[in-house]
Amino acid sequence: MRGFVDMKVTKKLWMLVLLMAMPAMAIASGASFHLDRAPGNLNDKASLQRGAQFFAANCLACHSAAYMRYNRLMDIGMKEEDIRKMLPEGSKLGSTMKAMMDSESAKAAFSVAPPDLSVIARSRGTDWLYTYLRSFYVDTARPNAVNNLLFPLVAMPNVLGGMQGEQVLQIEKKEGHEAQMLKLTTPGSMSTAEFDATVADLVNYLDFMGEPAKLVRYKLGYIVLGFLFLLLILSYALKKEFWKDIH
Amino acid sequence: MKMLKNLVGWVDDRFPLLDTWKEHLSEYYAPKNFNFWYFFGSLALLVLVIQILSGIFLTMSYKPDALFAFASVEYIMRDVQWGWLLRYVHSTGASMFFVVVYLHMFRGMMYGSYRKPRELLWIIGVVIYLALMAEAFMGYLLPWGQMSFWGAQVIVNLFSSVPFVGPDLSVLIRGDYVISDATLNRFFALHVIAVPLVLAGLVFAHLIALHAVGSNNPDGVEIKKHKDANGRPLDGIPFHPYYTVKDIVGVVGFLIVFCAIVFFAPDLGGYFLEANNFVPANPMQTPAHIAPVWYFTPYYAILRAVPPMFGSQFPGVIAMGVGAIAIVFLPWLDRGKVKSIRYRGPIYKGFLASFVISFIGLGYLGLLPATPTYTLIAQVLSVVYFAFFILMPWYTKIDKCKHEPDRVTFK
Repeated sequence: MRGFVDMKVTKKLWMLVLLMAMPAMAIASGASFHLDRAPGNLNDKASLQRGAQFFAANCLACHSAAYMRYNRLMDIGMKEEDIRKMLPEGSKLGSTMKAMMDSESAKAAFSVAPPDLSVIARSRGTDWLYTYLRSFYVDTARPNAVNNLLFPLVAMPNVLGGMQGEQVLQIEKKEGHEAQMLKLTTPGSMSTAEFDATVADLVNYLDFMGEPAKLVRYKLGYIVLGFLFLLLILSYALKKEFWKDIH
Repeated sequence: MKMLKNLVGWVDDRFPLLDTWKEHLSEYYAPKNFNFWYFFGSLALLVLVIQILSGIFLTMSYKPDALFAFASVEYIMRDVQWGWLLRYVHSTGASMFFVVVYLHMFRGMMYGSYRKPRELLWIIGVVIYLALMAEAFMGYLLPWGQMSFWGAQVIVNLFSSVPFVGPDLSVLIRGDYVISDATLNRFFALHVIAVPLVLAGLVFAHLIALHAVGSNNPDGVEIKKHKDANGRPLDGIPFHPYYTVKDIVGVVGFLIVFCAIVFFAPDLGGYFLEANNFVPANPMQTPAHIAPVWYFTPYYAILRAVPPMFGSQFPGVIAMGVGAIAIVFLPWLDRGKVKSIRYRGPIYKGFLASFVISFIGLGYLGLLPATPTYTLIAQVLSVVYFAFFILMPWYTKIDKCKHEPDRVTFK
């Protein structure tokens, strides 16, 4: 019982600390850019497969995924013969995903080497990627005439521009605040809803590629925790039995 | 059964097997009134074992080479059978080691476990804590991500502020003028063999010292004062089976928390694994914001709170170092008549509460970029932190303690 009282004191302390920290947290979160939530779902195999195909067709031209092996696509339900069709010349089923363009010429073209994308979902987060890929706009001041609202002065050209269409930056004044908005001026080959869904599939795939173990990790976690809860009941009963004679 | 008995007998004739068993388990008398806080000692031992076992298997696939280190960690995460589990167990274990050790240390502070005759036990404990910090710091470099690299860069640079020998000292630590392959190799050697060996030895000494003086308890009264005709403490119970079965409950409860993190949130929102550490180390690109892992941030905040003096960061480094080892002096700072917080007066309780708030507050501030407001708050909290120690001889003496019971309270 006394231990419980000590715990209560510590709980109060914690609350006090949290209260003290709250203004600080508000400041810390206020500065960040608003990110759209990526509607990812790792259980949606069809989405992951669409994302994988899209990734291979559009991203691997310049980017590599040096830690991702093609045969790992079987984890998301792709068949071996379908994966073989995706393989670039000279690659085997167990090869890692290399960029079509070599890093030196990419650097010459874009002034920076395109980053490897194996774990990009882990360093940037899926919401960031989902927002970033949809935030390009026309900016004639830039070398390749595009800029990005989330990643200003980014070196990457708007590869998906043909699908999304052209966006321009608009500054709207709302209740004294200046809000930066992107407006679609020229439609692309996809509607906005189609494009958003395509990017969502791609980001979903990037999430999987960042950590393929995620597909088994959660499932295994439930089994492990279920076992531990049973063990907790048993071990507590054992303790009770032994401690009966302590007064 | 008979064969087993013969075997035990054979060994016992040549090695004090039964005596050791009796002295440290079946006839080691521990106070019967341990509460929740007393789980964390055995849990710290458990995490040490988890770290050593998972570490051995990680070492089999990891490459301590600046060119391959980052890739080898991803290789473990993807291509090594159960590699992702080993890695997450080890990374979660590192943070949970500090969670458990901080709670274990706080337990000792609350119940006065550092007081006579347990001063040496306490000192060994503090040295274990320092060794653990060195172990964690060097292990954090190994994944060779941006945070690994720049975190190490910042910390090793602190040594270069030491007057006269500083620059040479930091070169000696790094083995180079910047964090490099040479640094990675020596940190790997220290992380996988030197420091773990020291830790194992210290933990052994910690246990031997504990069993020589006996465990303190939440009432802070000595159970050895009241013994029965056989010389057994009246309020003591054999560690085995009573505390072995009780600690199993603690172990399973801990594993539930541990596994929930490993399987459902190994990054723990960026506190256990930082997002920026999934970018390979790049000496040419300094991250906008460098913060150490959460368990170092209280001291990091103290470091930043001290303004440079005479154009040197050294005073801050001193404050940080003193902050980390200040608890070692507790046995000689505390002049209270009683050991346990249960019988202490309001002044001590107030100071302990302010100490906890300052430690957690500094830890939180250490994660944030230093703005003038945050630095000011960190300065106030640093003063509170050190006041707990500096004023202790005075406030523990004038505090009105309650009457301590003669025997432990139970139920």
